[in-house]
Parts: sequence; C-alpha cells; structure tokens
Amino acid sequence: MIYKTIAQLSADLHAKKISSVELTQFFIDRIKRLDGSLNSFITLSEEQALTAAKQADEHFAKNKAGVLTGIPIAQKDIFCTHGVKTSCGSKMLDNFISPYDATVVTRFKEAGTVMLGKTNMDEFAMGSSNETSYYGPVKNPWDLERVPGGSSGGSAAAVAAYLAPGATATDTGGSIRQPAGLCGISGLKPTYGRVSRYGMVAFASSLDQGGPMARTAEDLALMLNVMAGVDIKDSTSIDTPVPDYTATLNDSLQGLKIGLPKEFFNEGLDKDIAQIIQTAIKEYEKLGATIHEISLPNSALSIPAYYVIAPAECSSNLARFDGVRYGYRCADPKDLEDLYKRSRSEGFGSEVKRRIMIGTYALSAGYYDAYYLKAQKIRGLIRQDFIDAFKKVDLILSPTSPTTAFKLGEKTSDPISMYLSDMYTIAVNLAGLPGMSIPAGYANKLPVGLQLVGNLFEEAKLLNAAHRYQQVTDWHTHTPEGF
Amino acid sequence: MEWETVIGLEIHAQLLTKSKIFSGASTAFGAEPNTQACAIDLGFPGVLPVLNEAAAHMAIKFGLGVDAEISKKSVFARKNYFYPDLPKGYQISQFELPVVGKGHIDVQLEDGEIKRINITRAHLEEDAGKSLHEDFQGCTGVDLNRAGTPLLEIVSEPDMRSAKEAVAYLKAIHSMVRYLEICDGNMQEGSFRCDANVSVRPVGQEKLGTRAELKNINSFRYVERAINIEVERQIALIESGGTVAQETRLYDPNKNETRSMRSKEEANDYRYFPDPDLLPLVITEDMITRAKEDMPELPQQKRDRFMEQYSLSAYDANVLVSSRHMALYFETVVAESRAQPKLVANWVTGELLAALNKENKDISESPVSTTALAKLMERISDNTISGKLAKTIFESLWNQEGGVDEIIEQKGLKQVTDTGAIEAFIDKILADNPDHVAEYRSGKEKLFGFFVGQAMKASGGKMNPQQLNELLKKKLEA
Amino acid sequence: MSLTTTDVKKIAHLARLNLSETDLTTYTEQLSTILEFVEQMSGANTDHIEPIAHAVDVSQPLRPDVVTEINERDAFQAIAPQVEAGLYLVPQVIEG
Repeated sequence: MIYKTIAQLSADLHAKKISSVELTQFFIDRIKRLDGSLNSFITLSEEQALTAAKQADEHFAKNKAGVLTGIPIAQKDIFCTHGVKTSCGSKMLDNFISPYDATVVTRFKEAGTVMLGKTNMDEFAMGSSNETSYYGPVKNPWDLERVPGGSSGGSAAAVAAYLAPGATATDTGGSIRQPAGLCGISGLKPTYGRVSRYGMVAFASSLDQGGPMARTAEDLALMLNVMAGVDIKDSTSIDTPVPDYTATLNDSLQGLKIGLPKEFFNEGLDKDIAQIIQTAIKEYEKLGATIHEISLPNSALSIPAYYVIAPAECSSNLARFDGVRYGYRCADPKDLEDLYKRSRSEGFGSEVKRRIMIGTYALSAGYYDAYYLKAQKIRGLIRQDFIDAFKKVDLILSPTSPTTAFKLGEKTSDPISMYLSDMYTIAVNLAGLPGMSIPAGYANKLPVGLQLVGNLFEEAKLLNAAHRYQQVTDWHTHTPEGF
Repeated sequence: MEWETVIGLEIHAQLLTKSKIFSGASTAFGAEPNTQACAIDLGFPGVLPVLNEAAAHMAIKFGLGVDAEISKKSVFARKNYFYPDLPKGYQISQFELPVVGKGHIDVQLEDGEIKRINITRAHLEEDAGKSLHEDFQGCTGVDLNRAGTPLLEIVSEPDMRSAKEAVAYLKAIHSMVRYLEICDGNMQEGSFRCDANVSVRPVGQEKLGTRAELKNINSFRYVERAINIEVERQIALIESGGTVAQETRLYDPNKNETRSMRSKEEANDYRYFPDPDLLPLVITEDMITRAKEDMPELPQQKRDRFMEQYSLSAYDANVLVSSRHMALYFETVVAESRAQPKLVANWVTGELLAALNKENKDISESPVSTTALAKLMERISDNTISGKLAKTIFESLWNQEGGVDEIIEQKGLKQVTDTGAIEAFIDKILADNPDHVAEYRSGKEKLFGFFVGQAMKASGGKMNPQQLNELLKKKLEA
Repeated sequence: MSLTTTDVKKIAHLARLNLSETDLTTYTEQLSTILEFVEQMSGANTDHIEPIAHAVDVSQPLRPDVVTEINERDAFQAIAPQVEAGLYLVPQVIEG
C-alpha cells in the first residue's frame, strides 16, 4: 500500500478533496486500531487534535491556509506541550502536564498543523532501541520482534506504519537517523543551533538537536521550513538565514562530490548492508555525482568521547528532577536526602542512572581532566577531521547503522554493544553537522538506512541529494505489511 | 607568640537589573512567594537561560571601577550541588574564565594611611532562592523569587591584616558599587553580602595558616566583631596545641561567637564544567566603550578633586565622598550658597550627618534640603547669625518649622550688627562698671573678656562678636 | 579503570541516587566496563588541541533587560508535589 506524503496531503487539503478533520480522524483511527502492537504513542491527544483540525478547516474556508495547515503530525514526547503530558519516556515525568510549549511545538501550531499525540521514546532520549522507555518498548513495524531503534523509536515507528505522515524527533548521538534507518523512513538531524532547543527536555545540551521525520526528503524540507530559525529563548540557536528548503530539492547533482569515509566501510559492517550502500552509490553516480574516498581518522574515538560528554552533561541536566517542584516524588520522605535519593532512584530507569553516574564520575574532582577535558579535546580532533574532509567533498555518504534492526532484548544487558550501534552517527553530533538517513533497500527484509552528512548549515544540499535519490528509487514509498 | 591576622573577603553584590540574569522575571524585592519565579528560574524541563545584557554591562563597569582586566571572552560554568533553594541542581556561575580579572582598590585606613587591596576576580552568577524554616507541617518552605537574581561575586586577595582593614575594604567596595549604580548596597535585604576567609600565622611566617570561612556577617559591625572573635578563637586554639580546621563557620551575633556549620559527610565536589546551554560571553570593544561612557566620577577621583578644588582635609573629603548622594549634596550647597566650602563641609559632616545617623536616615531622605542648608550657610557667612545660633536654626529646619529667614525672624535670632545699637550696649556696660574700666586702663588688659561677656549677655548673644570687639576696644582706649 | 563498590557508592551519593546491594554490584561492573571502554581516549594524542564545548564557534547573544514574565505561580504549582502558602515544601532542612 502506498500512502500519501505530507506534500500530497497538503495538495488534497488545498484542493478541498479532504478536510483536516477527516484526515485527523483517519490517523486517530489508525493509531487506535494499529498502535496496540507497536506502542509508538505515549499520549494520544484526540480532543485537542480535532479542535485544531476544525480551526484548520476554518482557515481553509477563509482561504488563509498555509502549506502545512491541517496536516496531522506527532510530537516526540521530549517536546513540552502546553496542557498535554510531557513524560520524556520517564516515570519521573509521568505526571508532568507541561505549562508551556516548546518553540518547535509553537512553530508547528503557528503553521496550522494538528498534533495527534506524543510519541514513545527511550527514557530521556538515552538509548538506541527504545527499550529504556518507562512506557515499554516500541516495536519495529517491519518485524514486531525487533526494535525500531532509538531514542526517537516511537516517531520512527509511527511514520513507518503511517500512523502519522510526519513526526518530530531529536538526535543527540543518532537518535533521529538510526531509528529512521531501522524503520525505513527519512529523518534529518539539522546543524546544531539550526532548530531551537527551548522546551525540548535536555539530555546533552551541546549535542541535542531536534529535527523532522517523514517518508520523503520533500516532506522533511516542508517540516524543516517550520522548525528552523533562531530563537531568542535559546542562546545556542544560531542566527543564520533560513532558506526555503523546498526550493532547491530538484537541483542537479551534476558534479556533486560525495566522500566515502574509508573507516566506515571496513570490518564490522554487515555484508548485505555494504552491498546495498554500493548500489546507492551507483545511483548517485548515475545522477552525476563523483565519488571520492576520504578519511575520518579519529572517528573510532567518537563513541568513547561521546560516552563521556553526553553523560557528563546529562548528570547535570537531570539534577533538576528532585521531587520538589514537579514530577515524581517518593512517598513519605523521612528527610531531605531521602526525598532526593528515593525520588530519583524510583523515578529514573537503570540506563538513565547508569549515565548519570558515569557523568558524575567524569566531572568529579581528580577525574575531570582525564575524562571530560580529554573528551572535549577529542571532540576538537573529530571536528577537524570533518573540516578537512569538507575541503575535498560536498557530502559524506555512509550506512546509517552497522546492522539492521536487532531483536528486542538482544543488547539490553550489554551497554557497550548497544552504544556501538551508533558508531556511524555519533561523530556528526560531536562536530555539530547536519546529517540524514534515507531508506536504501532491505537486508533480510529489514530496512537499511543511507546516511548523508553535510557541512554546517547545508541542510538544503542534503535534502536536494536525498530528494533526487528518491526520484529514482521507491524505497521511501514502502509500508510494512499489516499497516 | 605574636600573631598576624590574614583576611580575604568574598562579596556578593546583587546587580540592579530589572529582570533576572537569565530570565525575564522581575527582580523586585518583597513580592509574594514564588510570584516572580518563571519556568526558567524554577528549573522546569527544557527551558534555557539567556543572559541579560545589563548584567554584563554592570560587571564591565565594576571592572573599570577597580582598574581590572576585562576578559574579552568569559565562560559560564555550572556548579553542581543539591539544595532545595537551587532549583536546577546547579548554579550558573563562572569558574575558569571570569568576566573581570585582576584589579585593585585603594582604601583609607583609620590612621589616614592608604592601603591597596588587590582584587583577584569578579564574576557573574545567579542567586539562589530562600528556604524559610518556619514550621510548615514539619516542612521547610522554599521561595524561589530570588533565584536567578544577578550577582557579582567580588573576590579579594588575602591582603587585609585586621578586622578594621577588612571593614575599610568592604566599605570601599560598598561605596564603589553604589557609585556605579550597579547595586543598592542594602545589607539588611541581603543585596550586598560578604563572607570572610580568616586565618592567623606567626608574625614573619610566609605560609598562610588554615582558614575558616565566616558566614552570616551581613553588617559592617558584624564583620568586624566576627573576625575579631574568630581570630581570638584561632589563636587560643593553636596556643593550646590544637589545629584550625578548614571549614565554614556561622557567626552568631547574639552570642558573639562563630560555630562550625553542620559537618558535611562529604567534602563538596561541585563538578564545575562549562554550561553547555550558554556560549562564551564575548565582551566587545563597543560594550567596553558604552560602559566607559556610563562611568561616574569614582570616590577616589572625587576625593582628590574635593581636596584640591575646595581645599578640604583628606578626612572631610573622604566622609563627603563615601556616598554619591552626600557628595552631590555637599556640592549643591556650596554652589547655591557661595559660602566657604570648609564651612559647608563642617556642617554636612558634622551637624547634618549626626542628625541623619541619629534617625537612621540616608542623606537622600534629609528633611533639610540643600537649598535650606545653603541659606543657613549664607546667613552665617553674612553675619546675620552666629554659628552658635545657627545650630538652633538647624534644629528648627530639621523639624520642618519653616525657612531659614522665617525662623530667624520668628525667634528674633538676628544678630545685632547696627553700630549705634552695639555702642549703646557698650556705653551702658562701661557706665555700670567704672572700677573695672579704670583697672583696664591702668594695664589690666585681661578684663577685656569681662566686658565682651557682659555685653553679649545683655544682648542675648545676638551681637556680632567681631564688631563688638572692635567697638569695645575703641571705646576703652579712647 | 576499574571501580570499587566504595567508588560507586560515593558517585551515587553525589548524584543523589540510592542503590541496593544487588544494584551496587551490577552498576560497579557495568560502570567499570564503560570506563574501560572510554579509556581508549587516552591513546589519542591531543597535545596542542583546544578542548571544544560547542561545535559551532559563535558567541553568546544577549537579552535586553526587560521584564517579560508574568506571575504564573498557580499554573506552576498546580503540578507541584507539595505546596503551602505559595511555598514549595520539602522535609525540614536543619541549618547551622
């Protein structure tokens, strides 16, 4: 079954072939009918969605509708939504009804979109399989015994199963690209600072970046048009002009220089995946691109550096969850220390606690230089690798992940093997670059993602390359059986 | 053994911004609990800090005021610890790269000596909220209105050698921040606070002794008393064979003692690291230029100018420049009255300051306006009244009984300056005391004072003394 | 880098986490494994390399000193665990 993209739905809405209320109801019905097996939503905001859809239809009636008016989307439960539970996948925030909207949420509201609900995710975005969620794991719609990837597994599964035509997500070490790859959809992690982090519950502030997930690059461009831009509420958002990302989608790829990092194409990479990526490379050559081998010599250090920097920032970011002003509080604390310790121990899951402790250790007296400072220097090395690479090429191409979706429970007892599933994505966050994953085929009936990485603020170039690829392939049109 | 005291101060000055350092919530004092704490101040999930430009501007002004290096690039860091009045579980402060680097301030000690106190650094940070320990169902209440109020923490070198020096330095900084209009200096409301690091060492020893950090010393008087009592404690402890522990001690003004704060089971490990939510603060030339344009004449410059321009003593000049308002008051009176600046200085630092202190008023609240005092100075200068009667008039002015001339008129305090009238008094005294006149004329010149006294008494003290002297002399020697 | 259970207890306390005895053993093992893994960093030559906190070199924007927030205490405290008279309540803190 081939479903309509956001661009097509937008055309239908504007042509008045369908109303936003009808469209919204269609997705609500699908979620109610199909999400039982996936668990991709934590909260379905049916009532608010239908109210927003009615408003959107009024805008159509008055001819005041924009491109995304009336389009239903899902929000990852990491984005604060006024009046709607924002749990971040944690028991700690199970009772947190946010009193404000994240900037991303505000912008989608202003664009007239309809929020269907909040998608499941790894607890506080810490995980690569969506198994750390307090609300239970999300299943991969391509194989219900497998993980959808993480941390934005709920958004990825929902888009793959067409429970929403698009969804927001966040990416700290691969949390947009890896689940997009594993679920066979398109996902874009913008340049750090391109999309406001305000109201997005922080995991690792210097790495976190919100971005869109959808079926096609064109849809991603439509969503990024809404999300991108400086925000006075986020000091780290960057004041660089936002182009119309749809304007350059069809540009020719003639002469585009694509780099293949040799470090990503050796042992550890699944043979079938390697084959699929080679096929994709041929497509790009046919489209006029030239292929060059490049080197990212320090890429192997990106995972160790990441697993110091991200936990260090998270140990501090998550200190605010103390049972005092909001969120989970333990029963009958006997004193202040008991309040803190039990609220936090009972409210956080084990992966979150693990990372808090690693981060606490890495920042503590006597270890700061060996861990945190060293990791920041390695971050400098990794950034330099990319600066050098982009002197030679326009884009970098690789697989998104070393394997396809793995089985539920397969890696939960071995944190390191879980961490390694982000080996191709993490360096991009450390360097702050934009990256995306698009579907490129199947290995053993499971989707394989192709990762494209661009230079700072070159999202348009990425989307252009992805769109042209999708014009000559149809992987992005597939929907798993049963959905 | 002879002991030397070593003191360094950490001063926290709340900056006079309208909104908080990282949020748009109001900083006004005294609001209902938690009504001025927004999502950012409360540390809600996902919210982010954005630096207030006025806080940076004020920090630069302070840096210029103490002749310090202003860091072109400074970094905000997180100081991590758990406490109910610290909503995020960390305080945003500056650690490795503070906005203000090394500087200094010259302080005048009691004996008139000028001592230079070096300033290590000054950095921006956010204030914490307040825990209210009154009993709420056996709980502590937390008010986060103050959370996020901008603070400038000013750290001195351990350059002070006595409690008095520490107070002199504290007063100099207090005066500086008020001159710069970056802090209201209100110690009672806690907008100007101080901790003291105190240690002792044998005279001649270079190595510093172990220091104790004194807290809760939020008045000039407490600073002096707390340091003195702590120094006594440390000396007694060492002399009886003990050692000073490095710890935080709370001053109890009621018992006049310092005591160790609840022993913490672990040494603090604040895990400072650069705040990833805030990019480096870059101070541009433009920002420094704007701060320079906004700089007032500073206390030291003003003191030097007063000594030069008005021929005042160092003491008078120092007292007058201790606050910007007082200096302004003085200069206004001088300009309005054309009286001798020395006379005005005497009155402002004497009569007026005493009256203000008695009623605990700031000079800006003085019931005697600059215009009224100027008039009074003029009446002294033009001999309408004597200095002695002027004090009576000042009292009436203080009590709002009317204008200077009005009071002189009403109370008949005008000085007798009419030569004829004075001569009439003299003639009567001379006629009443022929014996004394004869004795005087035969050489007993000491009797001159007797005639002056008699004449003054007869006139009710209103006679111009100079005129009296001249005319009396003329008559006696005639 | 191998951690002892004493190290882990100290870390857990700093992070205000309670660990049961079983948890303690598991976490000690897992944290040690993770630390050994990140140890790879020590092999990298980072002499003369500036540490970077952010990937993009830009400076901090400043906000004008204007009060923009209104009193939203009721909304904020509606989701608070325990409040009285506008104050957040915590178990008694003993000072001094």
